[in-house]
Amino acid sequence: MNYVLNLAWNLMKLYDLLCLEGLVRGLQVFKERIKAPVYKRVMPNGEIQKLIVTEETGKVRPYAVAAVLRNIKFTKDRYDSFIELQEKLHQNICRKRALVAIGTHDLDTLSGPFTYTAKRPSDIKFKPLNKTKEHTACELMNIYKTDNHLKHYLHIIESKPLYPVIYDSNGVVLSMPPIINGDHSKITVNTKNVFIECTGTDFTKAKIVLDIIVTMFSEYCENQFTVEAVEVAFPNRKSSTFPELAYRREMVRADLINKRVGIRETPQNLAKLLTRMYLKSEVIGDGNQIEIEIPPTRADIIHACDIVEDAAIAYGYNNIQMALPKTYTIANQFPLNKLTELLRVDVAAAGFTEALTFALCSQEDIADKLGLDISATKAVHISNPKTAEFQVARTTLLPGLLKTIAANRKMPLPLKLFEISDIVVKDSSKDVGAKNYRHLCAVYYNKNPGFEIIHGLLDRVMQLLNVPPGEDKGGYVIKASEGPAFFPGRCAEVFARGLSVGKLGVLHPDVITRFELTMPCSSLEINIEPFL
Amino acid sequence: MADGPVAEQLLRRLEAADGGLDSAELAAQLGVEHQAVVGAVKSLQALGEVIEAELRSTKRWELTAEGEEMAREGSHEARVFQSVPAEGLAQSELMRLPSGKVGFSKAMSNKWIRVDKSAAEGPRVFRTVEGIDDEVQRRLQLVQGGQAEKLAEKERSELRKRKLLTEVTLKTYWVSKGKAFSTSISKQEAELSPDMISSGSWQNRSFKPYNFAARGVPPDSGHLHPLLKVRSQFRQIFLEMGFTEMPTDNFIESSFWNFDALFQPQQHPARDQHDTFFLRDPAEALQLPMDYVQRVKRTHSQGGYGSQGYKYSWKLDEAKKNLLRTHTTSASARALYRLAQKKPFTPAKYFSIDRVFRNETLDATHLAEFHQIEGVVADHGLNLGHLMGVLREFFTKLAITVPCRNHAAPLQASLQPLHGAQHGGVQLPSRPEEVGGSWELRPLSPRDAAAYGAPGECVGHCLGALAGAPHHDQVRHQQHPGAGGPQGEPADGVRQSPVPPGRGHTQAHAGGRVTRGPAALTSDPTVLMRPP
Repeated sequence: MNYVLNLAWNLMKLYDLLCLEGLVRGLQVFKERIKAPVYKRVMPNGEIQKLIVTEETGKVRPYAVAAVLRNIKFTKDRYDSFIELQEKLHQNICRKRALVAIGTHDLDTLSGPFTYTAKRPSDIKFKPLNKTKEHTACELMNIYKTDNHLKHYLHIIESKPLYPVIYDSNGVVLSMPPIINGDHSKITVNTKNVFIECTGTDFTKAKIVLDIIVTMFSEYCENQFTVEAVEVAFPNRKSSTFPELAYRREMVRADLINKRVGIRETPQNLAKLLTRMYLKSEVIGDGNQIEIEIPPTRADIIHACDIVEDAAIAYGYNNIQMALPKTYTIANQFPLNKLTELLRVDVAAAGFTEALTFALCSQEDIADKLGLDISATKAVHISNPKTAEFQVARTTLLPGLLKTIAANRKMPLPLKLFEISDIVVKDSSKDVGAKNYRHLCAVYYNKNPGFEIIHGLLDRVMQLLNVPPGEDKGGYVIKASEGPAFFPGRCAEVFARGLSVGKLGVLHPDVITRFELTMPCSSLEINIEPFL
Repeated sequence: MADGPVAEQLLRRLEAADGGLDSAELAAQLGVEHQAVVGAVKSLQALGEVIEAELRSTKRWELTAEGEEMAREGSHEARVFQSVPAEGLAQSELMRLPSGKVGFSKAMSNKWIRVDKSAAEGPRVFRTVEGIDDEVQRRLQLVQGGQAEKLAEKERSELRKRKLLTEVTLKTYWVSKGKAFSTSISKQEAELSPDMISSGSWQNRSFKPYNFAARGVPPDSGHLHPLLKVRSQFRQIFLEMGFTEMPTDNFIESSFWNFDALFQPQQHPARDQHDTFFLRDPAEALQLPMDYVQRVKRTHSQGGYGSQGYKYSWKLDEAKKNLLRTHTTSASARALYRLAQKKPFTPAKYFSIDRVFRNETLDATHLAEFHQIEGVVADHGLNLGHLMGVLREFFTKLAITVPCRNHAAPLQASLQPLHGAQHGGVQLPSRPEEVGGSWELRPLSPRDAAAYGAPGECVGHCLGALAGAPHHDQVRHQQHPGAGGPQGEPADGVRQSPVPPGRGHTQAHAGGRVTRGPAALTSDPTVLMRPP
């Protein structure tokens, strides 16, 4: 029978489930069919393989770890799974080989000790995997520019003066990480002894990747679940043996798990649940303490809370009793949003239709099309937009509404739209150097400009805000003004409670035309924050 | 009075007529266009049962313009014959006559004329008969006189082939007296007027009937945006549940609050240029809470508070990078940080609904902006059952039945516990337990709302939320986020529950991408499998 295995991609964090070997093992442990195997690092009978890391790697890719899978027996399926796991790790934890790159080699074709160094690209020459002749690294970088698979990794080292490379004692190139292995040491289904090297810029992740590969595939070694150690000598003259295959112990109290999850299980049961999750556990001490052994396959467990979570998963969320927290709180609205909610309903009741437009737009929208220079807008600029539609955060709501009208020109006139939303401007008094302001913008689009209609809306809004007309301290007035977006003599500035809060007026024909409109249009835009 | 002179005439004649009259005949008798009689019939019909009119269609032969000319002046061939004098006429001269060409060949085939080709000044035409009978003209005159039926079928079709006759269908009315027949029809009033009410004249008038099948006039009204209506509803639910609204009016955020404070490692793919909008100006945050930054740095690079940390070199420059927030969780982190400054600790329930940004190219299924919903509970003694209980209440208020126990519910919830999760770095001095964990669903309601199609551009919507889950007894300065990072990938360190059967990981609705993966609420890993 066939099954479709559906793993959410966020589960990809569980590196031990990335290959069939690990998944099957995990399921069997969960179903209590087998006990979780113990992974062992062993010393070889003869001399230990050595990998010497030179100082030159420091500037390009400083870390390397290695291990040997001795007397492994591949089949076609096992071999394919082995290759696939490497590819999945490369895409995942290795961040497309930027953090870690894996190389696997037929040890019997090589002769240690190995040297991991960095050289000028012109000085590196070898026959790469699946090519027929030798190339220098410079040539290879050109050749692979058109390779759909490898071209994505070139940028990692392309601009560096020295490229990383691994040699054996006879000068045979094992690999030029993170791009390509040498052809000489390539593995096949018949390979017996596999030399695995992981190089990278993140030491922790390189060790995790090596641990995952060897724990998953040591199953097929003559001595199951054993991995032969490799000694790595670092430039600081210290040396270590890999893989680490570290087992860590954590203590968690049973009542903590119960309290966090909201269940009442005995310590023995909890230990059993955790053991099924590949976390071998036993009750110790006063009978409430659980000691958990975290295997090298569970690099995702970095905190006691991760253990509690695994207990909850094994227990089954569906079995957890739901309850409401006893937390007594009195709800408050965020005042600015409260004002917004009140206003938008009344503006809609005044006959205007609410629009919801993008907060991001092009420079042109907020500057050129409104007759402004971009530097005058104090706009926040995006450094990496994929399209010109998202170059800046809007500094005014007007372009969004005008674009909405342009997209709805077939609708019967008049078009009356409004939006109450945030704009963004640079502000060095804020911790991030930018600030939102809540604006109200409305437009009237018809055969006549309708200034009196947009003015009437302002009067109504002020009435709602309890701001009376008049020049008194608490009142509002509009005064003749000008602006590049407005038709000369048809623009006024709104003053409320002594503050300038915005403008209204008939839009300039150039502005109307630039937004691909054909009718007269009047607009109002004010900042509503002073009315809080 | 009657409705125009024609209608008046019609009624008078109808009064005298026996049975009824034909509208076409009446038009002929009155010497008016038939259409004028039809108009009178229709206006009389509208008065009710004054007359009855039955539509009849009759076929009739009419002359074409050419046919009328020939009826008047004779057929072409007759005119050719008439123009040939006894002494004959030069053929070339004959051909110059208006009827020359057509008439010549017809007259020839009628054997009325002959051509003498041997004449001295070229071919000459002579009469062969003394006189002729212009049969064509006679027939056409018969048709003109309405006596087409006197012609044989063959004769008519011959004339039709010569395009002298056409058959027309005439629609006429057979008008007869109605039940309420009267020659003195008073004009019906269209509408009740103030004058009629004050004078009481309405009592003596009849009123035109209304056409109740017609549509009414659309009210002159504004509208709220459908998506924002949904926002209001969600907001209302949170308020009813005692959640206080967090300020979210800062689209611009530092990487520190958006990622680092949430324990998202600096190499996390969500921090990639491909996924996040970074800023060119202002490129960096101006201020960060440095004592807190130090704690975050230590926990990332070395671990702490029970966590192993990520063990990498944490860089302040990376944390300073400004961006457009990728989730509102940054605002939650700030809110919880503020909460932690308050002493003594006060339990809190927080929510927010606001825009977030992702670096996308706009297409039918991807937007660069969408709304996110978020909720947090912070208190002592909270557990996973509380989180699920809060979610259940929320969904119940949305009228969606409990997601947690029923995978068949029309939404897919993922409860990603938990511990330690989210809201990194909140110092809660009085040993409270923060609720962490997150959920994400693809609810039907917001999706439908987005599909209503608002005028113009529509910002999409992503209902995602974050609710609380438990923490530790100890004071935690820095937690590590268990549940999902902003791009669906959980932060390192949390093992998630499997996907429920029958549900794949699909892209979300109109509102941008799924932000957190759809893990599920089931414990048995065997449900990972389902038959294809």
